[in-house]
Amino acid sequence: MPKTLYDKLWQSHIVEQQDDGNCLIYIDRQIIHEVTSPQAFEGLRVAGRPLADKHAMLAVPDHNVPTGADRATAVNAEDSQIQLDTLASNCQEFDVEYIPMLDARQGIVHIVGPEQGFTQPGMTIVCGDSHTSTHGAFGALAFGIGTSEVEHVMATQTLVLSRLKNMRVDVDGDLGIGVTAKDIALAIIGKIGTAGGTGHVIEFTGSAIRGLSMEGRMTLCNMSIEAGARCGLVAPDQVTFDYVMGRPKSPKGAAFEQAVAYWKTLPTDEGAVYDKEIFLNAEDIAPQITWGTSPEHVLPITGIVPSPDDEPDADRKIAMQRALDYMGLIPGTKLQDVTIDRVFIGSCTNGRIEDIRAVAEVVKGKKVSSNISAWAVPGSGLVKLQAEDEGLDQILIEAGFEWREPGCSMCLAMNADKLGPRERCASTSNRNFEGRQGPKGRTHLMSPAMAAAAALTGHLTDIREL
Amino acid sequence: MDKFIRLRAIAAPLPMANIDTDMIISQNHLKTIKRTGLGVHAFANIRYHDDGSEREDFVLNKPAYRKAEILVTGENFGCGSSREHAPWALKDFGIKCVIAPSFADIFYGNCFKNGILPIKLPQDVIDLLMDDASRGANAIITVDLELQEITGPDGGIVSFEVDPYRRQCLLNGLDDIGLTLQKKDLIATYEAKKRLSQPWLFKD
Repeated sequence: MPKTLYDKLWQSHIVEQQDDGNCLIYIDRQIIHEVTSPQAFEGLRVAGRPLADKHAMLAVPDHNVPTGADRATAVNAEDSQIQLDTLASNCQEFDVEYIPMLDARQGIVHIVGPEQGFTQPGMTIVCGDSHTSTHGAFGALAFGIGTSEVEHVMATQTLVLSRLKNMRVDVDGDLGIGVTAKDIALAIIGKIGTAGGTGHVIEFTGSAIRGLSMEGRMTLCNMSIEAGARCGLVAPDQVTFDYVMGRPKSPKGAAFEQAVAYWKTLPTDEGAVYDKEIFLNAEDIAPQITWGTSPEHVLPITGIVPSPDDEPDADRKIAMQRALDYMGLIPGTKLQDVTIDRVFIGSCTNGRIEDIRAVAEVVKGKKVSSNISAWAVPGSGLVKLQAEDEGLDQILIEAGFEWREPGCSMCLAMNADKLGPRERCASTSNRNFEGRQGPKGRTHLMSPAMAAAAALTGHLTDIREL
Repeated sequence: MDKFIRLRAIAAPLPMANIDTDMIISQNHLKTIKRTGLGVHAFANIRYHDDGSEREDFVLNKPAYRKAEILVTGENFGCGSSREHAPWALKDFGIKCVIAPSFADIFYGNCFKNGILPIKLPQDVIDLLMDDASRGANAIITVDLELQEITGPDGGIVSFEVDPYRRQCLLNGLDDIGLTLQKKDLIATYEAKKRLSQPWLFKD
């Protein structure tokens, strides 16, 4: 029977099919960070359990790290520092490979894993972070887990899981100028909603997806959790193999050839059946902007702020009004007339080299609007070095951006980086929930190019008209 | 883990869809290395005013619901982050059961690991339970995991589905890491095969 990519990944990791229908699934890799791992290590310690396979783990601090130039000496909030110190001491005690904050390789877990070749096609990869779906861009089954499951994987190298359903999102055709993977992701969420993928793995197919770089595919899979799907997938192809080749933890020489031969067997078989299929035309996708407090509150940049009066469902009407009140927006306002205060380039969604390049291309030789504070926070130390090598940092700095050190930064405001109350931000991150970027802060999600355009004009802007 | 067999308790109505994990426990309370003590911060953004005083209009601040152990709520509850701090905060507050039309996948799984029973029911049944939960001090519901039944204040019974493995773990308060470790030989066999077929995955 023809199988989907997900079917193959699932079946190749079954340790045991339980009588109750669940499966014991082998986990090849686990990445850990400081926020969701301390209680898991503590659990092991209390039960006197060792790690099942320390080589299957990689640790890097990201959520809490300061991102200012003075990070080596910056005084962190006490609770942040405790989490960072706890990660370091746990990794020492359990002998887990740990990339410290001041190492050039440090960065956001979902940028570091692929960069180091820790992420490879065909694997199962977990992390105590919902954006672990990012790694599905390699054709790996990758998903976020809670801390109890982090501990379960640490102790057993497995998880008890029930099988998910197959969903295909096919995007065919050519993307318009100024339209990126982020816009595809937001357009999909706009179409199926934040629960549209619940219980499913989303495999992204079609010529527009095949045409994306690995960076773009990672952006897309990263956002699949915002559509409710724990995992996103793109079938591995030559673009994938080229990205993986030569990275520090990638297989080398004959082992690489052997691995590629296996990876080539993974794509979905002709005739395989999906439980649910969604089709989009790439040509129909305009640059997207969120207006509310859920990623599904999204519209093309040419749109206007919607009115609750036009919403027939009573509960949705209330939710919409609440979102508009929180965002301080009036129905009927053109999205392009909404002025902003801050710009945030970064996060595991859009903190990669391609994203920094996209911003540099837009702002080169221009100036950030005088009333805007614009930050660029590379997703890892290696992204930062690469950007500096290409002179992108200078382009951004000359335009008026602040060029910072790597970390999660203002995507979730667990560190000192946050929006002030009612500050409005053009952000390349992944969530616009209430308070996500700081208490009462207002987030508009968009692509790096769109955020760069907004930085120049001071209001939400259609990149195609700049 | 605490057992969950049968719970007779006050049910609080929280009729909002898409309550995300940031709303259940916001990021400034994730900086803990413990599992306990988060109850006071549960729903902080909708539960407290800026000055830290309680919002009278928030259901769990109302006298009848301060001791609620069951939440009846809207679709896609727990969407967003994988933070287990969300069920830890609910549990620490005293919530042992959440009833909703749908849940986000990661949150749903995290509940079972912490002795919390999440129950999915169709919207029309939720509407009835929401009515039941709106009766203040009389909003007493019984949730029986053994029978897989909910009994409302008027004696009306609704049955619900739950994954048999998770049900078993909750009923017996099982440590599922311990259960899996009993399968050490199976895991070792799988791993040995994999070392032969995909040797590049293994360091030693």
